[in-house]
Amino acid sequence: MTWRLRVDREACIGSGMCAGAVPEAFDLDADGKSRPVREEINPDQDVLDAAVSCPVEAIAVLGRDGEEIPWD
Amino acid sequence: MTQDSPISFPLPDPPTLYHPAPLLSELREHRPVAQVAFPDGKLAWLVTRHADVRTVLIDSRFSRALATGEDMPQMGLGSLANESLIAKDPPEHTRLRRLVARAFTARRVEELRPRVATVVSDLIAGLRKQPQPANLVEHFSLPLPVQVICDLLGVPATDRDRFHGWSDAAMGNWERDQDVMAGAFISLGGYFMELIEAKRAAPADDLMSALIAARDDDDRLSEEELITMGIGLLIGGHETTANQINMFLLTLLEHPEQLEWLKANPGRLDVAVEELMRFTQLGSSTASLIRVTTEPVELSGVTIPAGQAVMPAIGAANRDPGVFTDPDRLDLGRAENPHIGFGAGVHHCLGAQLARMELQEALRGLLTELPDLRVAVPDSELRFKPTMIVRSVEELPVVWS
Repeated sequence: MTWRLRVDREACIGSGMCAGAVPEAFDLDADGKSRPVREEINPDQDVLDAAVSCPVEAIAVLGRDGEEIPWD
Repeated sequence: MTQDSPISFPLPDPPTLYHPAPLLSELREHRPVAQVAFPDGKLAWLVTRHADVRTVLIDSRFSRALATGEDMPQMGLGSLANESLIAKDPPEHTRLRRLVARAFTARRVEELRPRVATVVSDLIAGLRKQPQPANLVEHFSLPLPVQVICDLLGVPATDRDRFHGWSDAAMGNWERDQDVMAGAFISLGGYFMELIEAKRAAPADDLMSALIAARDDDDRLSEEELITMGIGLLIGGHETTANQINMFLLTLLEHPEQLEWLKANPGRLDVAVEELMRFTQLGSSTASLIRVTTEPVELSGVTIPAGQAVMPAIGAANRDPGVFTDPDRLDLGRAENPHIGFGAGVHHCLGAQLARMELQEALRGLLTELPDLRVAVPDSELRFKPTMIVRSVEELPVVWS
């Protein structure tokens, strides 16, 4: 089972919240906006916590069928 | 200045309210990673360039948890800096932050906007009834964010006078008032223990009730973390916002042509608030809370060894000419504005979206309902509470016609 990670660049404000919390999963581009390091990741609670903590809800964590992974 | 000798910190106060100390510009240009010495002899690295400050705030090689040690320089805030969310590193930090983060997202904050606009109007109506000059801090800048955060947390209106004195004392000068500050935290802790018991008995649709459920139903945080979270949200939710309302007004009055532009372009309030966030110096030192290196890190050619204190000078970074054109000019319509007034990284201000909206609504209300609002005393007569992180105006006498 793998998860897919998406960051909405339009919504991202470059707070660095996710890249600071889970640098293995998110990094910041030249504009300071977040992007997934890899689109497919192994399930990881820290990634889910970072997604929940995004101030503009720009991070989507999806299952193989494209459904959102529940936060709890 | 010589390259090697540490600079005394805090730096001398800047000559005006509106710009960082000139020494900070000099450092940013010639010595962007400079060693500073606190009065007790403890050393830290002061970082002043935008890219470096962002690195210190975001990169996980800079730890907040390690900065709470006895051997580290203290920047004030006392227990709040050493026990609340701001004292923790991931993954523990993320576990706690996610419990409250959803209450402060841009989407949730927009839902609160009409209510905040009503509070603004009501407070301005009350302010108008005061004899002039009236104290804006007492009648507007403080009660607005207090009411908003209390509504959100579920703190009853009748309790606000009780905790305000403690909250005020808790934001003192840690070097000077340790006993008073520690006492205030104990009182606030006692208050929250009572509030939590009351909400356990009668849960409501508010953030404290949600946190209590996260503790009692899912064991996601300890009782102590619950209490500290309440105190952190309460204080974090109003001290800085209240002060920014005062500083934004002072800054606009200091730049009358910009103020006129804003009155003529009310649709640009959101952009204007970002520029005011960039321009305004939150504290006189402009430095944010200390981080400690977990391994050697190179910044602007200087290698900081592991285990050393680093101070990100956000106020200096926000005036970096490498990032902002004409950085010392207030330009309310500024298009490119990657300021870090709310910090960055895992400790990026939890209430940033809420603060933005409150500041927009506060300015909208003041500029439309009291368009000729003026401060009744010169800047030299304004008194500030002596804290290193947030420079708080004690009283702001205002007049209008």
